Amino acid sequence: MSGQAWLVLEDGAAFRGRAIGAEGEAFGEVVFNTAMTGYQEVLTDPSYKGQLVCMTYPHIGNYGVNEEDVESRRPWVEGFIIRELSPIASNFRSQESLDAYLKRHRVVAIDGVDTRALTLTLRRQGSMKGGLSTTEPDPQRLLSRVRASPDIVGVDLVTQVTCEAPYEWPPTAQGTGDRGQGTKITVMDFGVKRNILRELAALGCRVSIVPAATSAKEILARQPDGVVLSNGPGDPAAVTYAVATIRQLIGRVPMLGICLGHQLLGLAFGGQTFKLTFGHHGGNHPVQDLATRKVAITTQNHNFAVRVDSIPGGQVELTHRNLNDQTVEGMRHKTLPIFSLQYHPEAAPGPHDARYLFGRFLDLVRGQTADA
Amino acid sequence: MPKRDDLHKILIIGSGPIVISQACEFDYSGTQACKALKEEGYAIVLINSNPATIMTDPELADRTYIEPITAEAIERIIEAERPDALLPTLGGQTALNVTVQLAERGVLERFGVELIGAKLEAIKRAEDRALFKQTMTSVGLEIPKAGYARTLEEARALAQAFGFPVVVRPSFTLGGTGGGVAYNAEEFDRVAGHGLALSMVHQISVEESVIGWKEFELEVMRDRADNVVVVCSIENVDPMGVHTGDSITVAPAQTLTDREYQEMRDAAITVIRAIGVETGGSNIQFAVHPESGRLLVIEMNPRVSRSSALASKATGFPIAKIAAKLAVGYTLDELPNDITKQTPACFEPTIDYVVVKVPRFAFEKFPGADPTLGIQMKSVGETMAIGRTFAEALQKGMRGLEVKKDGWDAGGAWPLDLLRERLAVPSAERMFLLKAALAGGLSLEELYQLTKIDRWFLRQLYQLVVEEETLAAAAEPMRACENAAPSPEAAAKAAQTLRLAKQLGYSDRQLAKLWGVDEATIRRWRAQWNVRPSYYLVDTCAAEFEAKTPYYYSTYETPVVALTAKQEAGSRKLEKPLQPPAKKVVSLGGGPNRIGQGIEFDYCCVHAAFALRGLGVQVIMVNSNPETVSTDYDTSDTLYFEPVTLEDVLNIVDRERPDGVIVQFGGQTPLNLAVGLAKAGVPILGTSAEGVDAAENREKFKRLLEELGLQQPPSGTAMAVDDAALTARAVGYPCLVRPSYVLGGRAMEIVYDEKQLRRFAQIAFEASPGFPVLIDKFLEDAIEVDVDLVGDGETFVIGGILEHIEEAGIHSGDSAMVLPPHTLGDEVLDAIREATIRLAKALKIVGLMNVQYAVKDDIVYVLEVNPRASRTVPFVSKAIGVPLAKIATRAMFGLSLREQGFTREVAVESYCAVKESVFPFTRFPGVDIILGPEMKSTGEVMGLDAAFGPAFLKSQLAAGQLLPKSGTVFVSVKNEDKRFITLVAQQLQQLGFELVATHGTAKALQRLGVRATPVKKIHEGRPNVLDLITDGQIQLVINTPSGRLPRADEVRIRSAAAALGIPCITTIAGAQASVSGIAALLQRPLTVKPLQEYHAALRRQVGG
Repeated sequence: MSGQAWLVLEDGAAFRGRAIGAEGEAFGEVVFNTAMTGYQEVLTDPSYKGQLVCMTYPHIGNYGVNEEDVESRRPWVEGFIIRELSPIASNFRSQESLDAYLKRHRVVAIDGVDTRALTLTLRRQGSMKGGLSTTEPDPQRLLSRVRASPDIVGVDLVTQVTCEAPYEWPPTAQGTGDRGQGTKITVMDFGVKRNILRELAALGCRVSIVPAATSAKEILARQPDGVVLSNGPGDPAAVTYAVATIRQLIGRVPMLGICLGHQLLGLAFGGQTFKLTFGHHGGNHPVQDLATRKVAITTQNHNFAVRVDSIPGGQVELTHRNLNDQTVEGMRHKTLPIFSLQYHPEAAPGPHDARYLFGRFLDLVRGQTADA
Repeated sequence: MPKRDDLHKILIIGSGPIVISQACEFDYSGTQACKALKEEGYAIVLINSNPATIMTDPELADRTYIEPITAEAIERIIEAERPDALLPTLGGQTALNVTVQLAERGVLERFGVELIGAKLEAIKRAEDRALFKQTMTSVGLEIPKAGYARTLEEARALAQAFGFPVVVRPSFTLGGTGGGVAYNAEEFDRVAGHGLALSMVHQISVEESVIGWKEFELEVMRDRADNVVVVCSIENVDPMGVHTGDSITVAPAQTLTDREYQEMRDAAITVIRAIGVETGGSNIQFAVHPESGRLLVIEMNPRVSRSSALASKATGFPIAKIAAKLAVGYTLDELPNDITKQTPACFEPTIDYVVVKVPRFAFEKFPGADPTLGIQMKSVGETMAIGRTFAEALQKGMRGLEVKKDGWDAGGAWPLDLLRERLAVPSAERMFLLKAALAGGLSLEELYQLTKIDRWFLRQLYQLVVEEETLAAAAEPMRACENAAPSPEAAAKAAQTLRLAKQLGYSDRQLAKLWGVDEATIRRWRAQWNVRPSYYLVDTCAAEFEAKTPYYYSTYETPVVALTAKQEAGSRKLEKPLQPPAKKVVSLGGGPNRIGQGIEFDYCCVHAAFALRGLGVQVIMVNSNPETVSTDYDTSDTLYFEPVTLEDVLNIVDRERPDGVIVQFGGQTPLNLAVGLAKAGVPILGTSAEGVDAAENREKFKRLLEELGLQQPPSGTAMAVDDAALTARAVGYPCLVRPSYVLGGRAMEIVYDEKQLRRFAQIAFEASPGFPVLIDKFLEDAIEVDVDLVGDGETFVIGGILEHIEEAGIHSGDSAMVLPPHTLGDEVLDAIREATIRLAKALKIVGLMNVQYAVKDDIVYVLEVNPRASRTVPFVSKAIGVPLAKIATRAMFGLSLREQGFTREVAVESYCAVKESVFPFTRFPGVDIILGPEMKSTGEVMGLDAAFGPAFLKSQLAAGQLLPKSGTVFVSVKNEDKRFITLVAQQLQQLGFELVATHGTAKALQRLGVRATPVKKIHEGRPNVLDLITDGQIQLVINTPSGRLPRADEVRIRSAAAALGIPCITTIAGAQASVSGIAALLQRPLTVKPLQEYHAALRRQVGG
């Protein structure tokens, strides 16, 4: 039998559950994710750095864990909150149970939580700080530690997840060669998900990844055909060095911003970002392409968003809109080959509806090189 | 894109009678579509032969045709109505098939009718296996290796190439009718032959077997801007090999990684685009190899389906409603999500609970039917349950199934070898056997090998078995809490145990049994220890957005602890009822469809809801049947998708505190709860408990009839078999034996001697244990009559008098009936009227009452009084143009009939309405199709016309009995019937038919001057009558059974006729009626007329 665990929110709500995963204590911003599949991708998405993630679907761990479906080298969530851990991993690709995986990677986790009650609280009151402990029997004491824990706003979490040194992504054998053959893409790693790299490689691109703090000069010295500003965790306003770099890259190279990359681009254009009440975390958000009116069902994972109307000079236009809450989902520069998306065209987990946008970026890049 | 304004009038085709594989789900989808299109301002023309549907209520469409769903009838309707468009995707396979016929006959082109939703090419690409294969291959998707055959020889060659087992599927049939799996050559010949015979286009596919693969379904929607969303994923617990309608299924899919799920989603989107369904919903089935993940597309339904109804109820996304709006040009992003109101319908629902659907079977009704589950659907209904975990949902599903289980119960221990044997074959019992196997110690791996049920499900089941052992071990401390007040520690521990049990979905009754206490004790403990259900919303979005539609399920969760006062205040309003307090009424539904309790009762529940909402009363619906209109969240103000058991209903009553509960509309299920609810102090609306008791208690009822001077056939009761024999002797043979408290004539039999009596009395005791068996004198050759009445306690009005066409002895649910009565004299009818009103007065009926009479030698006998809605209420309501159930509901709520303006029986004079029943015999090859006191029909149709002949003919056409215009009739009747058959035979001869008859019958006919060619009986050598039937030389069979226990060759004749679709008449009265029908058929072509015109004529008649 597992021991007891507590999840405590800063407003004083305490959830008693069973301790699973690693023993210990974890603090962070509590967010909920509504995707029904893809817990492994969620766990390993660096954008969750600093967060305790609650899955709203009750049965988690059903199909175990495998080596292929990871989005980075390790899990990044601070803690994991679920309703019911599967006692069995049933899938032909499974290599390990979720519980064993969490233990191996020292992720503190809890199950038996009324995750719907938790979600309702977060929806009504917004994301808040929380603490998860398998060692503290007194929730009051845990509450005071929660209240003392640092806030996520204004903190640069990118430094904790970006790569230490540049590296190359291995080309994909069956990459659809002629489309992107040899196109050199440099990815600024703010916490990049591997599927961005896989998608680019599958198009035949030569993909290299550089740390977040790489200067514009160093990036340009690589003579990339295009730069991808990756996803990543936390508050974009805290990543000032990246904003500065991007500002220098504008007009020098085609760019695609994804999620945090999109927010950083917004800041680089002189706009503002703001924090959403409880963010978007899931795989069912409708995003409309304003040019074609077509709707894609998208993967989302962000707490901050760009105010496009705050971008001065009228050089940037809104291209995609979230149909649920009308927030900005995509923008592009009116004259430069730059566009960005708040959502995740690489999915993983989630629908592939927006995958075509990598192709669009490639076309944009190749259009530029052809012109040159 | 906004809606199209070039369309004005739209024709919608319903699915006809309830049959296996086409049930209320198409009333649900059709009703949604009618409402959705009407609110957009389109004129709706509707055809459906099923009067028990909500969609055929005259206010739902502008012109409602209750006519047989045949190409001829629809052609006439199109000619008369000139609709701009036809929406064929909401009436199941029936609507699709007839649409194909209409298109191929050039009718649509001739009258300029546009197909909306799915075009002909799309329907064909999905339905024709060869085209389907070609389409799938062209987009790079794999389907099982298969070939097509039009002859047995071609089929054999394919089977040899693939190797056994192979699957046979006929093209263009309902729910896989005629399909099957063959494991060897001999079996193959039989299955393939059957399939070829049943296919509308005489084509079958022979496929590589994927038995044992994992099975999934995705419900997909597409709009004309090519936006596609997946509404729901469903995983079948029973793997490939069992028809999805017969499988226990779960939403969402449980065992796919995101990568595999997205691959399947991509495939589904590719399929809907490739097939070319322009707008609307489609259902796509997949098989996944458990060891390699290889993904195959199995089939695609280019229309709404049973699964789409399930998906709608499971997610809160109304597929049919949205499909209707997409068909007229809207795009998904233009339509709001009904539940949240704020967000658009262009999204994919995500759920934070588990949905389990459990099929309901009726094998007990068809002795001799093969109970093995295969690719041909056999279940007659289903129940759906929602819980936060699979275990909880499964247990709720099992107790909602109404098979005398309080949850997932094994029902005893079994020898392990027998279990192994039985588990290897899919059956209705397999889920229960699994519990016995797990409890008996069979390993998960062995169970997996035997069943191929995914290990994840097996592991969940195992967990329940393990936890149950823990719970059982707690019996002593739990019982200790019953008498003495436990210490705080002991109470806390007991409460903890109880909460764990409830989280695992255990019902109070299961726990009561486990711990040796009574159900009320568990209930009391739950109140004392605060172990109460949470009611969570089905909200399409896992709580991400606020839900505006109160659609609930119950679950037991671990309560949140409030560490601060502020948090406590906040958490209290987590999920409170959304409606402001008003007058509230709970309406209880009937649970899963089964034979005897089907759509007719749901119709009444829905009418109750509509009537009460009209009065400004807040209506709370409780039901567990995902197919129905009653479980559409639009029908009531608040919907609780819950099992209809005492525990679940009382929990809801505790929370809602209603002003009254309606139990008399949902059939036997809610009626059975009446006593328990009344005991708990819940106010029951309608006829008082004393009134109900006076009708249902045999002794009291007998006394009442004596007081009223009404006759009853001699009768008695017995508590044991010996006792029954004595009673029967006193009553006199033949007599009718039946158990107490059952609907649909379960275990009801006519017995002619003591030996039979003993046998069937025993069965009756088993059907309703602990209650007396009822024994009545059976009145042979009497005419039965059904009367429906509505009352307010003071005023009583007869709704309709229905004369049965078949003579006494056939269950009223199976008998054809006619309104107004066509043979009874005015004197008898007046006697019936008087008796009915006196009964109603004596019982002080508030609401509905149904009385069954038998008329013999002009004496009227009362057979039965039911102080509740009857199966005939919708039929009568449509025949007389008065919504009886609505009037009854208002009366129950205190509005007198006088205030409602309904004080006189409606006299139907200018037309005739015939109700015919529809039977599932083609699903159960080899089962005798003979009718008796046990109900066997799944549904009904209505024939409406100016006279009996054409009305009867229409009812036969609608029921699929295609009476011939010419040809040869085979006649073989029992001795007593030979006198009566002569007139029928003479008429047939005059109408130009040839007659063949068995020697005895032929001789009898010849003596009276009717020419009939003698033919050999089966045992007399060959060629015999069976050869003639199978050779297609017989167009109509008239065969009355020779006795209660029919001879085997009779059964073979009738069963063969049924299987080949040759009309087979088994009663003299039925034969007489059929002759009238055939005469009508030859006289003039069928005409069609909408219900609204019949009703207008009635109003003119009353006015004049």
